[in-house]
Amino acid sequence: MSQATESDVREDGQIESVSGPVVTAVDLDAKMNDVVYVGHEGLMGEVIEIEGNITTIQVYEETSAVSPGEPVESTGAPLSVDLGPGMLDAIYDGVQRPLDVLEEKMGSAFLDRGVDAPGIDLEKTWEFNPEVAEGDEVGPNDIVGIVPETPSIDHKVMVPPDYEGGEVVDVQSGDYTVEDTVVELDNGEEITMHQEWPVRSQRPADEKQTPTTPLVSGQRILDGLFPIAKGGTAAIPGPFGSGKTVTQHQLAKWADADIVVYVGCGERGNEMTEVIEDFPELEDPTTGNALMDRTCLIANTSNMPVAARESCIYTGITIAEYFRDMGYDVALMADSTSRWAEAMREISSRLEEMPGEEGYPAYLAARLAEFYERAGYFQNINGTEGSVSAIGAVSPPGGDFSEPVTQNTLRIVKTFWALDADLAERRHFPAINWNESYSLYRDQLDPWFEDNVAGDWAEQRQWAIDVLDEETELQEIVQLVGKDALPEDQQLTLEIARYLREAWLQQDAFHDTDTFCEPEKTYAILGAIKTLNDEAFEALEAGVPVEEITDIDAAPRLNRIGVQEEWEAYVEELEDDMTEQLRELY
Amino acid sequence: MQKEYQTITEISGPLVFAEVDEPVGYDEIVEIETGDGETRRGQVLESTSEFVAIQVFEGTEGIDRNSSVRFLGETMQMKLTEDLLGRVLSGTGEPIDGGPEIEPDEERPIVGEAINPYSREYPEEFIQTGVSAIDGMNTLVRGQKLPIFSASGLPHSDLALQIARQATVPEEEEGDDDEGSEFAVIFGAMGITQEEANEFMDDFERTGALERSVVFMNLADDPAVERTVTPRLALTTAEYLAFEKDYHVLVILTDMTNYCEALREIGAAREEVPGRRGYPGYMYTDLAQLYERAGRIEGKEGSVTQIPILTMPGDDDTHPIPDLTGYITEGQIYVDRDLNSQGVEPPVNVLPSLSRLMDDGIGEGLTREDHGDISNQMYAAYAEGEDLRDLVNIVGREALSERDNLYLDFADRFEEEFVQQGFQTNRDLEETLDLGWELLSMFPKEELNRVDEDLIEEHYVEGESAETVEAEE
Repeated sequence: MSQATESDVREDGQIESVSGPVVTAVDLDAKMNDVVYVGHEGLMGEVIEIEGNITTIQVYEETSAVSPGEPVESTGAPLSVDLGPGMLDAIYDGVQRPLDVLEEKMGSAFLDRGVDAPGIDLEKTWEFNPEVAEGDEVGPNDIVGIVPETPSIDHKVMVPPDYEGGEVVDVQSGDYTVEDTVVELDNGEEITMHQEWPVRSQRPADEKQTPTTPLVSGQRILDGLFPIAKGGTAAIPGPFGSGKTVTQHQLAKWADADIVVYVGCGERGNEMTEVIEDFPELEDPTTGNALMDRTCLIANTSNMPVAARESCIYTGITIAEYFRDMGYDVALMADSTSRWAEAMREISSRLEEMPGEEGYPAYLAARLAEFYERAGYFQNINGTEGSVSAIGAVSPPGGDFSEPVTQNTLRIVKTFWALDADLAERRHFPAINWNESYSLYRDQLDPWFEDNVAGDWAEQRQWAIDVLDEETELQEIVQLVGKDALPEDQQLTLEIARYLREAWLQQDAFHDTDTFCEPEKTYAILGAIKTLNDEAFEALEAGVPVEEITDIDAAPRLNRIGVQEEWEAYVEELEDDMTEQLRELY
Repeated sequence: MQKEYQTITEISGPLVFAEVDEPVGYDEIVEIETGDGETRRGQVLESTSEFVAIQVFEGTEGIDRNSSVRFLGETMQMKLTEDLLGRVLSGTGEPIDGGPEIEPDEERPIVGEAINPYSREYPEEFIQTGVSAIDGMNTLVRGQKLPIFSASGLPHSDLALQIARQATVPEEEEGDDDEGSEFAVIFGAMGITQEEANEFMDDFERTGALERSVVFMNLADDPAVERTVTPRLALTTAEYLAFEKDYHVLVILTDMTNYCEALREIGAAREEVPGRRGYPGYMYTDLAQLYERAGRIEGKEGSVTQIPILTMPGDDDTHPIPDLTGYITEGQIYVDRDLNSQGVEPPVNVLPSLSRLMDDGIGEGLTREDHGDISNQMYAAYAEGEDLRDLVNIVGREALSERDNLYLDFADRFEEEFVQQGFQTNRDLEETLDLGWELLSMFPKEELNRVDEDLIEEHYVEGESAETVEAEE
């Protein structure tokens, strides 16, 4: 969170009433959404309503023992984030206070209140390599220099979007802190490596384009059946225990984005700790560097103040947009958007606003749409192209997808990965239901897969979908009459579908090799199953009984392709063996 | 600063409204003296410059407009000392065992502060509960919060007691002293009956566990509002013992459903906009502030592990209480009515049960190399057997294939031999896993597609599946 300097602090007001995170103040001269400091301890809050002389504030910290009459100070500025080198590898709370710095300042493992810290280290020096020279013309968002921030990512220093721009009159090179001026313009504007941006406003961009490149996730069911584009939006709804968080973690680990912003919104503390402990040790599959080098974490766990939970989503997407402006592909994971919506509901009900559906405020749909609209594939003002992909987990109460948050999300997002408690119960992971899920990006992404993986990518996928659909229909009959009552060809289809589920759709996130599956391997596994299918049906036509076909001992090896590191040779041998064994039968 | 007022304007349910002329802090503790000299304690729920809303813990009976209101100028504190171990306290933290007054070393506000996620240590030390359905299939680790989802009339208390009695961390037991492997138990009772309470107390006394326990008792006939502070007292004590005194603490909270009912009562009295089924919209946040007080902290010896118990109204796990709980806790253990009527002890239904921290707490170096694979394979096989049971009811066993019959047999044996063990039996992990192998060896090796091939070679019990193989040939 950006800190207000002493001179910013303006008129004083007084607390009128306190009720949980909602505080009202009188005689406060503040604008809507201004950040204010509440009480003797200076708890951070934000103005959310102004009525006559009474200003209502949501406070981002615990309000125990705060009493009426205590002072309130306005900073005169809206809630903003600090943007500059030092954000990667960091872990923030919902208002961008670095948690490691807080631990140090508070001297305790517990989060005390009234402690503030800037979002980026203001004292650390960074190596600034200019990209402009004296006499160059620069405009808003133009890149003026590069800072090697982590081994994976070069941080691009840009002219802030609200500057006018002009001719460069002075350029520095070398080690500077983020507050030192590194480039000076003829109109007197000074550019530092540090800028601020209010979290609730979208950073400007030139044009939003139709995305045509997939965000390759290394997850077979996602890449294979329901791909998401770079710059796309996706929702993962599911009841508890169905694997939302594991899916989000898998995406954060393996998606081929340049930058990952992971927002833990109102979720478990231990889960965030897992990310903090795991990511520095994991290797980024594309660069080979530590995963943490491309990751920015925002952790506002379920027991941290509810108002900060409301703001953490905005903090996350603003940071994502900043990296997008540099021309990077950014993936933003929000886990979970339901907690964010509930935070809105809680604040709204304390304000005694008229509730909409299930007590959520009437503006729920608008807020969700606003958030997902900030994602996209953009032509930036500075000429680069960058993207923000937004993937939001949804936690519907009782696993009921008809509730307002799921429904309002589905109206906006183009990819829907429906998690299924039944699948989770039988340990089919990822428990993404292939009948309910969809991706509206399929058609626009197919050319990429066809050019980069295999020419018949779309065709082969359609075959798999058809078999799975047929299985669903057949299962209904099987439930009534048993499998043996089906004709032989249908029994065989069921067997093929079983391999599709077990060898292709299932993927072990905790297995060293299986956890990441490149699209080529996804294609090869499906290809092997199709080989079995084609050969098996030929055998059936030649009069071989179905029991003998399904009994060949090569087929179960399909289930082991996922865990093979040297899968090319394994698949080739397996296909040969299956073909040979089946042809021997007739 | 202890100003007294006689300015009560409204009394409604558990709430009292009073006018004030000096500012009062939010959450502050209040004492109200009734006409007949009795003192009631309460807490400030809303504070404005003119009036305050007070939630009275011990009920508002007997309070009238002439009662005097005293603001103590501090938020609710728990008196803490290591000597609390062995004591029985009321739901508001006063001794009720006839023992001496508590002489605190320290006092702490009961509204705990959130643990900085950066300071946490990820829980991965296996706790052996001696219950196969938990150890084998839904492993508990130190610092986890794993609730028991139960319903009226089911033996959840027996299960909780069995866990409290048997829980150890195996490796440390083999070390020079086994002091570290024993758990201090904090028992927080909210609105349970005297009989249930006796069951717990008797067991604690019989096994000598009382010496390393702190018991907080809010019984069914105690004021409902008091229940909202009981778990906070219990958890504040747990945090103190764990992070100051290096204990490994196991907190059992029962019954969370009663706690949530109390929240609803207060919400209704304040005329708040209700959320689902009349429960307050902030119930998620409120429950999270309890459940999240489990965990480990880097650089600290101790840990807080939580086993909250809740009874699902109408056996319905989509009810807001189990639903919100499931979203916060790291898994859940289901106690099942059908298994209970079949006489399975403990009647744990492993299919919907889950331990989220299991994967990182088991395996080579932690428990046993084959633990994860066995558990996955048994889950899949049992789920398949369960599915087939529906079919059998329609078409009969004869109509099913050899393979399907095998799965049906597995499901039966799994319940009768693996889950069933009795509330008094303590099975160590080796036993549990070997039993798993024995059952899995009913299947031919090719069926075990979730187990690593080398592990099958090492552990597969030859001969178990013989009859089926013959039958097929």
